[in-house]
Amino acid sequence: MNIFVCVKQVPDTETKVQPNSDGSFIETNAIKWIMNPYDEFAVEQALLVKAANSDSTVTVLRVGSVKDTEALRTAMAMGADEAILVEAEDNLDSYMTAKALKGAIEKSGKTPDLILSGKQAIDSDALQVPQLLAQMLGLPSVSVVVGFEQNGDKLQIKREVEGGSLEVYEVTSPAVIACNKGINTPRYASLPGIMKAKKKPLTQLSLGDVSVSEEDRRVKYSDYKLPPEKPAGKKFEAMDEAQAPGVVKEVVGLLRNEAKVI
Amino acid sequence: MFELSEEQKEFKEMAMKFSRNEIIPVAQKLDEEGKFPQDIFKKAWELGLVNTSIPAEYGGAGFSNLDAVTICEALAYGCMGINTSIMANDLALLPIVIAGSHEQKEKFLKPFTEQFKIASFCLTEPNNGSDAAGIKTTFKDGGDHWIVNGEKMWITNAGYADLYVVYGTIDPNLKHKGISCLVVEKGAEGLEIGKKEDKMGHRASDTRSLRFNNVKVPKENMLQNPGEGWSIAMKTLDHSRPLVASSGVGGAQRALDCVVQYANERVQFGKTIGQHQALQMMIADMVMKIECSRLLVQKAAWLADNNQRNTDIASCAKAFATDSCMEITTNAVQIYGGYGYSKEYPVEKLMRDAKLLQIYEGTSQIQRLVIAREALRN
Repeated sequence: MNIFVCVKQVPDTETKVQPNSDGSFIETNAIKWIMNPYDEFAVEQALLVKAANSDSTVTVLRVGSVKDTEALRTAMAMGADEAILVEAEDNLDSYMTAKALKGAIEKSGKTPDLILSGKQAIDSDALQVPQLLAQMLGLPSVSVVVGFEQNGDKLQIKREVEGGSLEVYEVTSPAVIACNKGINTPRYASLPGIMKAKKKPLTQLSLGDVSVSEEDRRVKYSDYKLPPEKPAGKKFEAMDEAQAPGVVKEVVGLLRNEAKVI
Repeated sequence: MFELSEEQKEFKEMAMKFSRNEIIPVAQKLDEEGKFPQDIFKKAWELGLVNTSIPAEYGGAGFSNLDAVTICEALAYGCMGINTSIMANDLALLPIVIAGSHEQKEKFLKPFTEQFKIASFCLTEPNNGSDAAGIKTTFKDGGDHWIVNGEKMWITNAGYADLYVVYGTIDPNLKHKGISCLVVEKGAEGLEIGKKEDKMGHRASDTRSLRFNNVKVPKENMLQNPGEGWSIAMKTLDHSRPLVASSGVGGAQRALDCVVQYANERVQFGKTIGQHQALQMMIADMVMKIECSRLLVQKAAWLADNNQRNTDIASCAKAFATDSCMEITTNAVQIYGGYGYSKEYPVEKLMRDAKLLQIYEGTSQIQRLVIAREALRN
């Protein structure tokens, strides 16, 4: 099987994100990058599928800057066989990213049997790339996936919906499956795995190689700002029981008319 | 050098992730119950975090000493006691790595890379700690085997070990020239394993006494020749002291991280305690000593990696890093105040655990003797 996994590199969850000087993106200089946590589930699922299907290869794909290749190295240290990096600025929109991923799959020369990704990236939270990619490739896709069973080219996919219920789909592979927390427990990259990852092939492509240009851009990002600081909370004090009804009335009034939450 | 390689940074990151996710959440409970961390130990082995000294040709990963101390610091950050169990495997296997023949390495080291196995380093005796050359355990020539008699004390992993690397003497009158080193396998007849010690710290590690009653060990299990054990032990310690020192760095770093978090939260006299200069002096001392300790550890490991004599620097690293760890963890309790003395908070355990680092594998005082002897010789 040819298994592809799309991963994104995102700022570490503990990063204090700051807009850059012209507000066109976030300041990326001092950021520690990690693999998008939802993509770790996708890599793990790919490795599980590989283990169950002899002669399988796992190719991990990423679109982004080359400065730090943490996400791809982690995926290969976990056990992915090879990686393709499409070099690009980190501020592509979902459409460009999906188109670049499609191009990278085509350039690999392999026909995909399964494409996995995380359900969303924790930085931009757009939740679009897997579905766009599936559309571009003409493949079925299921997202927010928490259960995966394979029987030949039939996949039984469990998808989480509002209220904690599950939808069960039967999908014929190839398909694009976007994973959610709960589908598996991602393995650690072992130390020998980290050492072996150095010797695994990493192909680098440009946006031109995958026929993506600025003309493909659907969303232009500008004016990145931090959210306004939360105003200080208000404190209400009732010094004795006699004052309590009046204070309660005041709080209820403010919640209704000012905060508009009740 | 002044920067770890990209690969070493990844090792450190991975080991820290393991510490944070697997060790820290359970360390306090294992400490309280004095429970051996078998599951964590095995999981660490599966991920290549154990037996870092086994060379690649015998199935190991082929780590450098600098790799090993980097990994060790991260594991000790999680729990110095659990790290002791893990580190003890290396301490026990190092004599085989250093002095074993090709056949001995094939026979004894390789299985440790194929299966999860545990080993014990057996040097100390009830009446011989720092005076290691005075050990009383005897190896008597029995023809095609050695007959071992004696008692060993404070042996880490003793209750779970598959392999014991045992020091004894072929003749106590020969002093250090009689000392020899034998590999004894689990289940040897006449090998009695004592009860688990109830310790102040490192409570998750398994520490016991051992008694050898006419234990027959095949002749081919002796490392090098009879009487060459002393130099094997000394070379082993040159390699293992940087590891103990790096445990001190890990423990101290953990204490500092706890202190920084607390100092930014706790408010007294209308400001966070971190804004009070008295506390800043203490924190600055912690940072300085951790930085110095880590550099000493890295130098000691680097010297070993470059086949240069590191006896003095390894002892400097061991004494400085573990004494600093004791001071830093003690001050962490001081900064936490009443909370620090409570088992509800993490720092009292760090203080209890730090103490042992100043004692095992050569006390801080013995390290100073080594350092002074090396200095005076030049």
